[in-house]
Amino acid sequence: MPTITFIEHNGTAHQVKADVGQSAMQAATFAGVPGIAADCGGACACATCHAYVDDAWVGRFPPAEETERDMLENAIDRLENSRLSCQLVIGADMDGLTLRLPESQF
Amino acid sequence: MSLNSVVIVGAGHGGVQVAISLRQAGFAGRIALINDEPGLPYQRPPLSKAYLLGKINETAMIFRPATFYAEQRIDHVHDRASAIDRQNRRVLLESGATLDYDHLVLATGAHNRPLNVPGSGLAGVYGIKTKADADALAPLLKRSKHVVVIGAGFIGLEFAAVAAAEGAAVEVLELGDRPMARAISPQMSQLFREAHEGWGVKFNFRTGVAALEGEGGQVATVTTSDGRHLPADLVVFGIGVIPNVQLALEAGLDIDNGIRVSPGLLTSDPHISALGDAAAFPCVHNGEKLTRLESVQNAVDQGKQVAARLTGKPAPYAALPWFWTDQGSLKLQIAGLSIGSDNYVTVGDVAARQMSVLCFRGEELIAVESCNRPGDHIFGRKILARPPALTPAVAAAAGFDLKAWEAANRP
Repeated sequence: MPTITFIEHNGTAHQVKADVGQSAMQAATFAGVPGIAADCGGACACATCHAYVDDAWVGRFPPAEETERDMLENAIDRLENSRLSCQLVIGADMDGLTLRLPESQF
Repeated sequence: MSLNSVVIVGAGHGGVQVAISLRQAGFAGRIALINDEPGLPYQRPPLSKAYLLGKINETAMIFRPATFYAEQRIDHVHDRASAIDRQNRRVLLESGATLDYDHLVLATGAHNRPLNVPGSGLAGVYGIKTKADADALAPLLKRSKHVVVIGAGFIGLEFAAVAAAEGAAVEVLELGDRPMARAISPQMSQLFREAHEGWGVKFNFRTGVAALEGEGGQVATVTTSDGRHLPADLVVFGIGVIPNVQLALEAGLDIDNGIRVSPGLLTSDPHISALGDAAAFPCVHNGEKLTRLESVQNAVDQGKQVAARLTGKPAPYAALPWFWTDQGSLKLQIAGLSIGSDNYVTVGDVAARQMSVLCFRGEELIAVESCNRPGDHIFGRKILARPPALTPAVAAAAGFDLKAWEAANRP
C-alpha cells in the first residue's frame, strides 16, 4: 500500500495509506483528510477535490483530460500543477507521493 | 440546552454528511447513523450508470470505510426507525431498540414512485434506487435483447444509454413530449434526444404504459397506451420519486410535499431537522417558495448546513442548486433552477454536442445548462451566485464567452 502525504493549506500533514487503483481523492476522504470536499463523489462534476501535485510527481500521472482541464480552469488558486484528485489513480510505485491542498475548494 | 447526542435517520448523502461535518466541526458527543440498508453507506449516482456497466465496484461507491466510522465514533446502526417519541426525544427502532436524542436529523430520502399497471409485479421489472436493485438488474441486462424504459427523466435516460451500450434494442416511453422536460430547456432536450437516437434508443413521446404481459412470470411484452405491443425481456421504470415522510407524518410534524422545514432546515419541532430529498424548504433560488430538490448537492450542502447550526454557526440555507447526469458520452451539468424560464440563449457547438443553454426568466439569468462544457458550468455557478447582471442581449451577441464575461464582471 503506497503512502501518500496530503498537506493542508495551513501546513498540517496527513500520511495516508492508499490502495493501488484507488483515486487520491478517495484515499484522502476515506482517511478523513479535511480540505477535500469531493461533493460529487468522483464523477468529475464538481471541482471540489482540487490538489497540487508535487513537482517530482507531476509527470507520473497521465495528463488531465478535457473535462478535468475545463473544470480546473476556474478553480480557486489554480496553478500549473493543479489536478482534480478524483482523477489521479494511485499506482503501486507511488509510495511517497505528496499532494498539497488549496486554501478552499470552489 | 447542551447537545450530547445527535441521531440521524438515513445514511444517504445527506445523513452521512451531517455525521462527517459534525465531527469536522469538533462535536464530541454521540452520533448515531441509522441505516436501513445492508453494508456501508454508499453513493447512489453510479447505480444507474458506472456501477451497472461494471466500470466501478462496490468499494468505489462507499462514502467511507468501516474504520472511518469507528475512528470518528459514528455509531452505524443497521436498523429502521419505526417511530419518533418527541415527548421523550427518543427514536424507536424496528428491532425494538431505542435511541435517545438531543437533536434528531431526518435524512430519510425518497422512494421510487411505483409503476401501478397490470403486470408490474412480473419478474424483470425494476426501478433503480438501491444497490440491491442494481445488483439484481445487472446480470439481466447482460442477456436482454429488448429493453423498455418507462420515463425519460435522468434515471431512465442514464439507464437507456447503458442498455444501448450493452447492445440491447431500447424503447423509451414518455408521457411528455421531450426528454427530461421537467428539468431542462427544450434546446437541451433536443440535443439529448438526438444523441440517444444516435445510440440506437427509440423514443415514444406522449406514450404511457397500459400493461405488462409475461410468460412464466417473466415480463415479455409492454402494451403501450396507444395499443402497441413492444417486446421486452427487461423493463426499467424511472417515473419520479416520493419523499419518505411517513415517520415525520406519524410524529405529527408539518408535511407539505415533503417534511416542511424553516430556512434554517428545522422542522416544526425545534429538536428535529430535516434535509435532502425528504425536505421541503423555502428556496431563495425559487422565489422563497417551498421547494423540494432531489439531488446530491442539495443533500450534501444541507447536511453541512445542519451540522454547522448544531455546532453553533446557524445560517439560512442558500446554496445554489446544481445537478449533473452522465448519459453515454455526454455529461450534463445544471447550475441554478430553470423553473419559470422563458428565454434561452445557446452558446457553443451544437453539432459537436458541446453546448450550454443560458436560461433567463425575463432579463434575469436563473440557470445554466452545460453539455460537455464543464467550464461553462463552473463559470455559471459563479455568475449565478452573484446579483443578476448578465442579460439575454449580452449573452446572444456574436462571440459571447461565459468565461471572458465572468472575468470582466467580477464584483
